[in-house]
Amino acid sequence: MGSDKFELRLYVAGQTPKAIRAFANLRRICDEHLAGRYSIEVVDLVENPALGRGDQILALPTLVRRLPTPIKKIIGDLSNTERVLVGLDLRPRRANA
Amino acid sequence: MASKKLELSEIDKAPTGIPGLDDITHGGLPAGRPTLVAGGPGSGKTLLGVSFLVNGAQSFGEPGVLVTFEENAEELARDVRSLGYDLPRLVEQKKLLVDYVHVDRSEIEETGEYDLEGLFVRLEHAIKQIGARRVMLDTIETLFGGLKDTGILRAELRRLFRWLRDRQITTVVTAERGDQLFTRQGLEEYITDAVITLDHRVHEQISTRRIRVVKYRGSTHGTNEYPFLIDRDGLQVLPVTSLLLEHAAPDERVSSGLPALDDMLGAKGFYRGSTVLLSGTAGTGKTTLAAHFVEAACRRGEKCLYFLFEESPQQMMRNMRSAGVDISKWVAKGLLQFHADRPNRHGLETHLLAMHQAVEMFEPDVVVMDPITNLLAVGTTIDVRSMLTRVIDFLKMRGITALFTSLTSADQSLERTETMISSLMDTWILVATLLEGNHRVRQIYVLKSRGMPHSDEVRNFRFTPHGIEIDSPGKRVAKRAGSRRGK
Repeated sequence: MGSDKFELRLYVAGQTPKAIRAFANLRRICDEHLAGRYSIEVVDLVENPALGRGDQILALPTLVRRLPTPIKKIIGDLSNTERVLVGLDLRPRRANA
Repeated sequence: MASKKLELSEIDKAPTGIPGLDDITHGGLPAGRPTLVAGGPGSGKTLLGVSFLVNGAQSFGEPGVLVTFEENAEELARDVRSLGYDLPRLVEQKKLLVDYVHVDRSEIEETGEYDLEGLFVRLEHAIKQIGARRVMLDTIETLFGGLKDTGILRAELRRLFRWLRDRQITTVVTAERGDQLFTRQGLEEYITDAVITLDHRVHEQISTRRIRVVKYRGSTHGTNEYPFLIDRDGLQVLPVTSLLLEHAAPDERVSSGLPALDDMLGAKGFYRGSTVLLSGTAGTGKTTLAAHFVEAACRRGEKCLYFLFEESPQQMMRNMRSAGVDISKWVAKGLLQFHADRPNRHGLETHLLAMHQAVEMFEPDVVVMDPITNLLAVGTTIDVRSMLTRVIDFLKMRGITALFTSLTSADQSLERTETMISSLMDTWILVATLLEGNHRVRQIYVLKSRGMPHSDEVRNFRFTPHGIEIDSPGKRVAKRAGSRRGK
């Protein structure tokens, strides 16, 4: 479990404050919890609007965990580290989550 | 708004191409603005929206984007195929683009601030790809089940509708009917340009669909509830030509088929394109009189469409043959066509549609409906009257002469109906039987006939081997107090 490689994709639309915050939060969380076993691809839908359909992107920013499967989605600026970890399956989900 | 003439201009309209809907909205939905279509499950709101897009793409040169939140493109295409819509073909021709937006709360974690820019980007991309002028969002309320932060969602929906308005996209937004509000999530707060509600009711096990334009900013519109149908030709709102009273009134006269009755009608018979009500108790000879009318019409080479609500055509023709009026030969010659249907098999609006289709296919000169009182089994008096109003308008627009028989009985409700429908009729003929000594005497009289001098006589008539024979004028008739009162 602990050695899985994380393939992450962050969807944004332009360099918005939310997008910048989300990317910074993501880098910080990954460095703390997934050091050495993650990759982040940033997809800007303003440049590639067609890509929004494939991963069913609706809200922005959206972080998609493509690997390990199953695919997970976390929306928002990722400011709540605890929830991001839950969303990435790095923390057990609490009953009321 | 685009430059318009000074005529107290109504706003620009985007036609839906749905028969009848463009009549009650006086031209279609508000162009370049969103319209809310609210209704319960299975009320036909998706179909209304799809029709709006398909017709826009096929007939009005306006490509459309369908954003579906509930079904994917394949499911949707399958659902509307039976109604004659070929979505994949339109997609191939780049006249339509279907984007399935799937949200599943269970796979989404929410943390921190977000917006729905992803939806905007997808929509904009789709609109640009095909140059769309129309958009349908079906059903955007699904998002309330997919996202937890309703505050963000509401703000984003408000932004989305403004965004669509800014781009002058004519949009149909479908929504679930709510208990107190028009929609479950109160979307009418954001879409104030036009609101249409759809309704599906069951009255005595017969379903009726209705549509109502609740609101239409900047435009007049029909405010009634109108029945509508979904059948293999798609969605149709029943004709509302009754909003206008402008059919032609020909001077030409047509024979009733009985010279003596023509004689009572200013010596010339009915006006072509008029409506005739023939009422009487059971067994007074209404159908036989109708058969005489049919016989005369077919003999003139005119086409006659006969709606039977009580008997089968075979039974009716056999009875008429034994009454001395053999009309079966006209069926073979293609001049007479029957439509027999049990009234309670369908709702009124289905009957109305069947009548329309039959009339449009056969293009008759003369129509008989026998007896219209049987339709009361299907709807209330008011419903039947409203339906007949539409039938009559439709027939008058086409210059068709129509004869309706009505069964009078001691039953109060039927008499009331007769009073209600008689005002729709140009001519009202009554037949009755009464006892004189030890035999029954049949009588006929013209209670009213608009626009012609008509006899106020009550004449006796009888059945002969050659059909009905009406006495010549002046002959003594049986007395019945109060039976000769006109209106």
